[in-house]
Amino acid sequence: MTDALADPASPALDLRDVRKGYATPQGRLEVLRGVSLTLARGESLALTGESGSGKSTLLHLAGGLDTPDGGEIRVAGQATSRLDDGGRAALRRDRVGLVFQQFNLAPSLDVAENLAFQARLSRREDPAWTAELARRLGIADLLSRWPEQLSGGQQQRVAIGRALAARPALILADEPTGALDEAAADAALALLLELTAEAGGALLMVTHSPRLAARLDRRLHLHAGGLAEPPAAEPAPGAVRS
Amino acid sequence: MTAAARLPAPAGASARATLAALPWALRVLTSHWRRRPLQLLALLAGLAAATALWSGVQALNAQARDSYARAASAFSGAQAPALVPVDGGPISQAAFAELRRAGWPVSPLVEGWITVGGERLRLMGIEPVTLPPAAGLAFAGEQALAGEAEDARAYPDFILPPGRLFLAPETLRANGWSPGDRPQTARGPLPPLAASSAPAPGLAIADIGFAQALLGMEGRISRLLLDPERAPQGAPEGWRRLAPEPRVDPGRLADSFHLNLTAFGGLSFIVGLFIVHGAVGLAVEQRRPLFRTLRACGLSARGLAAALAIELGAAALLAGLIGVALGYAVAAALLPDVAASLRGLYGARVPGALSLSPAWWAAGLGMSLAGAALAAGPALARAAAAPPLESARPEAWRAASARAARLRAAAAVATALAAAGLALFGRGLPAGFALLGAILAAAALGLPPLLGWALARAQGRARAPLLRWALADGRQQLPGLSLALTSLLLALAVNIGVGTMVDGFRLTFLGWLDDRLAAEVYVRAEPGAADRLQTWLEARPEIEAVLPEPRAETVVDGWPVELAGFADHPTWRSSWPLLSGLPDAWDRVAAGQGALISEQTARRFGLAPGDALVIGPGAPLEVAGVFADYGNARGQVRLSAGTLTARWPEAERGRFALRLPPADVAPLLADLRRAQDAGLAEAADQGEIRRLSRAVFERTFAVTAALNALTLGVAGIALLTALLTLAETRLPQVAPLWAMGVRRRRLAAIELGRILALAALTAALAVPLGVLVAWALTAVVNVEAFGWRLPLHLFPGQWARLALLAVAAAGLAAAVPLLRLARTPPARLAKVFADER
Ligand SMILES: Nc1ncnc2c1ncn2[C@@H]1O[C@H](COP(=O)(O)OP(=O)(O)OP(=O)(O)O)[C@@H](O)[C@H]1O
Ligand SMILES: [Mg+2]
Repeated sequence: MTDALADPASPALDLRDVRKGYATPQGRLEVLRGVSLTLARGESLALTGESGSGKSTLLHLAGGLDTPDGGEIRVAGQATSRLDDGGRAALRRDRVGLVFQQFNLAPSLDVAENLAFQARLSRREDPAWTAELARRLGIADLLSRWPEQLSGGQQQRVAIGRALAARPALILADEPTGALDEAAADAALALLLELTAEAGGALLMVTHSPRLAARLDRRLHLHAGGLAEPPAAEPAPGAVRS
Repeated sequence: MTAAARLPAPAGASARATLAALPWALRVLTSHWRRRPLQLLALLAGLAAATALWSGVQALNAQARDSYARAASAFSGAQAPALVPVDGGPISQAAFAELRRAGWPVSPLVEGWITVGGERLRLMGIEPVTLPPAAGLAFAGEQALAGEAEDARAYPDFILPPGRLFLAPETLRANGWSPGDRPQTARGPLPPLAASSAPAPGLAIADIGFAQALLGMEGRISRLLLDPERAPQGAPEGWRRLAPEPRVDPGRLADSFHLNLTAFGGLSFIVGLFIVHGAVGLAVEQRRPLFRTLRACGLSARGLAAALAIELGAAALLAGLIGVALGYAVAAALLPDVAASLRGLYGARVPGALSLSPAWWAAGLGMSLAGAALAAGPALARAAAAPPLESARPEAWRAASARAARLRAAAAVATALAAAGLALFGRGLPAGFALLGAILAAAALGLPPLLGWALARAQGRARAPLLRWALADGRQQLPGLSLALTSLLLALAVNIGVGTMVDGFRLTFLGWLDDRLAAEVYVRAEPGAADRLQTWLEARPEIEAVLPEPRAETVVDGWPVELAGFADHPTWRSSWPLLSGLPDAWDRVAAGQGALISEQTARRFGLAPGDALVIGPGAPLEVAGVFADYGNARGQVRLSAGTLTARWPEAERGRFALRLPPADVAPLLADLRRAQDAGLAEAADQGEIRRLSRAVFERTFAVTAALNALTLGVAGIALLTALLTLAETRLPQVAPLWAMGVRRRRLAAIELGRILALAALTAALAVPLGVLVAWALTAVVNVEAFGWRLPLHLFPGQWARLALLAVAAAGLAAAVPLLRLARTPPARLAKVFADER
């Protein structure tokens, strides 16, 4: 399938001069004005920025959820702009794992089915790896529960497991710990980083928290439609640099 | 209770605050519809469709009655018993006045033939003020349509010079006349012609004064019609009582059909209620977050309920108005023969026009308002009582819906048991209707748990992840869909039930008509001219047999029973099927020992072949057999002509059935009508009767078919409404799947497949349910109401067509939200994840 086209040497994500705007009642709003960014295999990148700066927009473009107005986006070497809607869907299914703050789990499926869902969809289910994920994420005892019977942190861990079950090349996470308290957020992020590395994927994570951002390999700041090094931020007290 | 209600605020102040907040709350509430016009449309369409269905059925019901009244008058001209002098002479005005003074509710009728431009017309002169309603004559049509006999009867143009001559539209057309024409006759011009649905083709009706002049019968009367409702039994001294024409009488069959149509109206009302319920549920359910916001901003629970009630009341009123007009339009479109003019909408009583009286408007609006109130009550109460911070998505839907499903299943079983009990032990018409209601209620209650169970079973077997998700998701959607699916089930079942009943009715009736009208021609002599007519007929070489059919009437236990004599002839032996009988039934009857009794008579008196029948003077007769007598409200006993005239000397002897080659029928009838000395009062060509009654029935059947289609359409709207509602909440459910790489088209296909499967499952369940409804209509309700059972015929082809139609309707209803899903811009789907909630 698309795997044959994938170039193992190419970066997990490559953005070239990506532009994106929205039509609003006040006229056109240019959110991204030529963003370029490369994310190597196995690398993790934190994306920060003010509210409304376009972080989610950038993430959606990277995941093929939306199409840019201009520029080029490659996921594992594959240019998304040359794909039609179906092609982008296949790309997401096979190469991208998504973790959001909300709306992660299908309420009609139990935890076990939610966990294995995307891997089954892409026919890459590896029961041993799924079981390992469940154990490591601490949800092995919750597999027969329904999503609404889990706490927020537990739900988020199921979502992380689901995104990783198919061993995607790229994990995109939009404030994955935004709804969790500090301790839970730290634990979830640690697992996300660890397991992404084990699965051999790259991680692009949007966060508001400099403390969490500091734990990733690289940090970029979105401002005025472009990327920059983050403002010289004071490392949060107690933050550990890995 | 709510927090607001617990606040110890002075009652007056809080009421004033609520009032002040109302306009603001209403504006916020209605702002929802401005952004979602399609939903408002669905709400109004649901309410309007339910009302339209209801008022359409009412209109058609009235029309069906009218059709039968016409068919009835086609056979005999008058459905009331009549008095004639024993000596057979003409009746004077004085004799009429004397009888009335003596308290007899008689109405004069003059009849004869007139020649207009070489065409012979049978003319009846009636006296509208005293005309018994049962006569089914002149004003029957207007009466049924306008709903008010008195006004129609006082129709002044009819009695004041120059009068009116009512003709069937067919007669007008056949002679190239238009309303208002005044063709010439030997005795002067006819009164201005008018089209009316009352007279049969070939029959003209005028006020008695004009008719007497046209017939040259000034001061004379042919018969005195008796009002059967008010007349005492028997006849005054010197008079003979003539039974109303009993031969084949669709007018009475009509009552049965009418009852069934009324049941249909009731059933469609239920379907309508379901739709209203769904539509209102939609209006409330979708705005829960808005309600929360309003409550959080300080609107009291009572204020919210009041605002919602006002809003829904206004919607129901508007939709009700649209619905009544729509129902009227549908009825008018379905009734091509009736001059359904717009004037009818405003209640103007134009003869032959479908009129919509204020009562109809009121009933239609009441249906809409009461339906909305009934359907909205619980939803409003829940919305108003909900704590301001209730979560938007009921998290415990799974537990709640499992509990609800168990409860519903239990209620369904209980109702089904009640239905079984009613079927086994119920007696009387109310029990019959209760049975019908219980069957439908059990099905309505049982459907959602059954569908849930089916989906769960399928999910247990499915392997593919998407299929498993689709099935699991379907179970979750079921609470939102079950109402629409239930109305689909009911609509289909009612369709199948009524369709089966109607088609069975047609099959039975037409077959039975063929048997009954085995002779080629039926004639009736003028009073006192029986022998003259018989002699005339027997002199005709082409007539193979002149079969006398004497009639008499008696009363058994207060129930009128017709006594019909017949000659022992192969015509009857071969064509009268007996429901049950002794092996030599016909011989026993011919020998004067036995009698055949109608099914109604047998049921009423618990008689079976072999039992003794005590009736009239002389030794009891033996019940030799039981025959079907569809539609006859009276009992009937058939016995040999000789026995009848011997036991009841006063019997009317002037009726004959004639056998002759079909080719000779038309010339014979022409000769008969031309002959001045034959003493003929009436002659009917069997083929003509059959054709006419078929035409009348076919029209009613066509109307029923159209109604059925309408019901299905309404169920389709219900489904569309439900799907639109669900579509609103679907986005967050399907967006994660889309994000994981399932294409929108695929998602839409899954949703479509699921709806089609649910509709197909529902349709499959509707078939046995519909047969059960048909059975309840024909074997229980009809028997209880009329004493005869309609045979149940099954029409699998019809079911398959309906089921396919239902699935197609479901697909169509799903199309709108699905197309929207398939075309949802990715940005909107992606937005689901960007929004913080
Ligand atoms: N569909 C849309 N139509 C118009 N404007 C939009 C649309 N979606 C996003 N925007 C605008 O684009 C800008 C970027 O939105 P985006 O969701 O990417 O911000 P964000 O950086 O993720 O913010 P936050 O940190 O609050 O999540 C915002 O100003 C927003 O108002
Ligand atoms: Mg965002």
